[in-house]
Amino acid sequence: MALPSYASAGQKIWHYSFLTICGLIFFFLIFPIMVIIPLAFNAQDFFTFTPEMLRLQADGYSLKHFNDFFNNPDWYRPLYNSLKIAPMATIVSVSLGTLAAIGLSQSHVPYRRVIMAILISPMIVPLIISAAGMYFFYSWIGLQGTYWGVVLAHAILGIPFVIITVTATLVGFDKSLTRAAANMGAGPVRTFFKVQMPLILPGVISGGLFAFITSFDEVVVVIFVGSVGQKTLPWQMFTGLREQISPTILAAATVLVTISILLLITVELLRRRSERLRGMSQG
Amino acid sequence: MSEPTTTATMQAADGTPLKVSLARALRRQKMRALLLIAPLLGFILLGFVFPIGQMLFRSVENDVVRDTLPTTIEALENWDSTSNEAPPEEVFAALAADLQVAVDTKAHTVLGRRLNFEYSGITTLFRKIGRDVEDWDLATDGPFAPRFEDSDDEWLDPDLWRAVLAYSDRYTSGYYLAAIDKTMVNGVIESRPADQSLHLMLFGRTAWMSVLICFCTLLLGYPIAFLLATLKARHANLLLILVLLPFWTSLLVRTSAWKVLLQEQGVINDLLVAIGLLADDGRLQLINNKLGVIIAMTHILLPFMILPLYSVMKTIPPSYVRAAKSLGATDWTAFWRVYFPQSVPGIGAGAILVFILAVGYYITPELVGGPSGSFISNRIAYQWSGAGNWGLVGALGAILLVAVLILYWVYDKIVGIDNVKLG
Repeated sequence: MALPSYASAGQKIWHYSFLTICGLIFFFLIFPIMVIIPLAFNAQDFFTFTPEMLRLQADGYSLKHFNDFFNNPDWYRPLYNSLKIAPMATIVSVSLGTLAAIGLSQSHVPYRRVIMAILISPMIVPLIISAAGMYFFYSWIGLQGTYWGVVLAHAILGIPFVIITVTATLVGFDKSLTRAAANMGAGPVRTFFKVQMPLILPGVISGGLFAFITSFDEVVVVIFVGSVGQKTLPWQMFTGLREQISPTILAAATVLVTISILLLITVELLRRRSERLRGMSQG
Repeated sequence: MSEPTTTATMQAADGTPLKVSLARALRRQKMRALLLIAPLLGFILLGFVFPIGQMLFRSVENDVVRDTLPTTIEALENWDSTSNEAPPEEVFAALAADLQVAVDTKAHTVLGRRLNFEYSGITTLFRKIGRDVEDWDLATDGPFAPRFEDSDDEWLDPDLWRAVLAYSDRYTSGYYLAAIDKTMVNGVIESRPADQSLHLMLFGRTAWMSVLICFCTLLLGYPIAFLLATLKARHANLLLILVLLPFWTSLLVRTSAWKVLLQEQGVINDLLVAIGLLADDGRLQLINNKLGVIIAMTHILLPFMILPLYSVMKTIPPSYVRAAKSLGATDWTAFWRVYFPQSVPGIGAGAILVFILAVGYYITPELVGGPSGSFISNRIAYQWSGAGNWGLVGALGAILLVAVLILYWVYDKIVGIDNVKLG
């Protein structure tokens, strides 16, 4: 939005103050996340910048909180648990979710709206209600406090994201491609893996990353459905924040922010690739 | 001119009428689509919808009184519950008999816990009488009323018996009444005393704070979405990453960031002291109150406002505003009368989404809210883990869920769930 050369002084003032306001809002969005990173390198056990850090002296910084994060069983066990639960939950939600999204994108699906509303509902229902409901049900069928109980619960929470991203990719999918494949004698399975899958793969992977981050970041349901044996990283952070706040939490947060940045970049690249494949890119 | 009459119907290659053939093909297509959806739908229905329904059922279910004290309830039917006298001896005899059975399975402690929600202190009475009743001989040790009185004279309190009678039905509205701070006394609904009336206040607080958060996200989100929509696609995509990064960052990371920033010895207070705006002993209380929750949740939910706004604003053609200006409208009029009305669907979509997510929030109010900033979800969690009052969890959950589902339905009507965009 460039300013035209004939803009009046008032318009100029308004234009630049608008940009300043936007800059401040972006600052509000990003600053809290970014401020955690330098604080994690604090040599002291404080949650604020020490005078040494502000003077950029080397002895104001240290890796000791990261050291603690990777060597203290209170922290690396939850990290390990999270890394064990999230991929399995992702596999379950992506495989079932992709099939359902393909089904939903067919042209004549009865009750499509209702089905869609049910499949998206885990995203909408307050977590505390889902968690309490799942707790009673999973205790009843004997899955409460087990690895698979948590995996299934997390898979359910990830499904709306898979459905949303994959159906969005399928909107631009050219159905004549599958018809052409069928015309040339490919069976439905072969058509799916050779024609449809490669084209919707970016959407499927993004959906998978969403499902992964949902599980990796989830705390309420795992507290209800899991037991101490399935204590995940967010759970440990949650107890840490509620009870005794230790600076190691900043190191954990920094690791998580790094993971999110990597995932975000991957999703962005995939989205662009998918738009290019479907010829929808604007440049 | 007459219509050409076709007596012979069109036929497909195999000789079946085309209509039949088409219907069959469509049916097969529908079946295939449903088969693809079925595994996931089954999974969600069984693993999500059914458990929630089952939990909500606990809010009306009330088997424990009738199952543990079947003969007592029967005997109580003959007692005039409006009188100010204790029930007759036969009731106490029946209670002794019921308790002897219940003590074996420890069912009397479960019963005591259940009735304690209505008549506080009754847990202890049941535990005490449970120990005594084991030694009684039902045939010879009567009358039992004095024996109960020996254990604790509260057993003769008609209020206690009225509580037992009030909760003797298999289904109860008691939890719902408790959820809206009411109680049933002798069939009359009364308000609970002020020190037990938390829920309506919490529902109210959750609602108005969610509205406030909605408003704050709109205030901050609108300029950003407007900027993104008017920039060139390349620049907009770059800035969009700044919006998406918080969206992708762990909720706990963002909440802990705010906890670190806002606490009394935190970065913001330090900064304000350093530049001399605050005295060192006058540090602001930014956390463990409503303000902390509003700041943190506005930050956390802001992307959910920006993304729907942006996707609507992207579709508003810039030529409309230009046309308005060339017809003599000022910048403000062109924006307010032409651009803004076209962005209202985006505001609706974003506001409903943010509101739906905000009313159900648990983690952020729990960590930065303190007692004055807690939401209804925190109360539900407390009733679940602290008090173990599962019926009340169901009732509070049902009220919250109904509110959310109504908004979800409105959202579906206005925006359509298919149009939810995630970046």
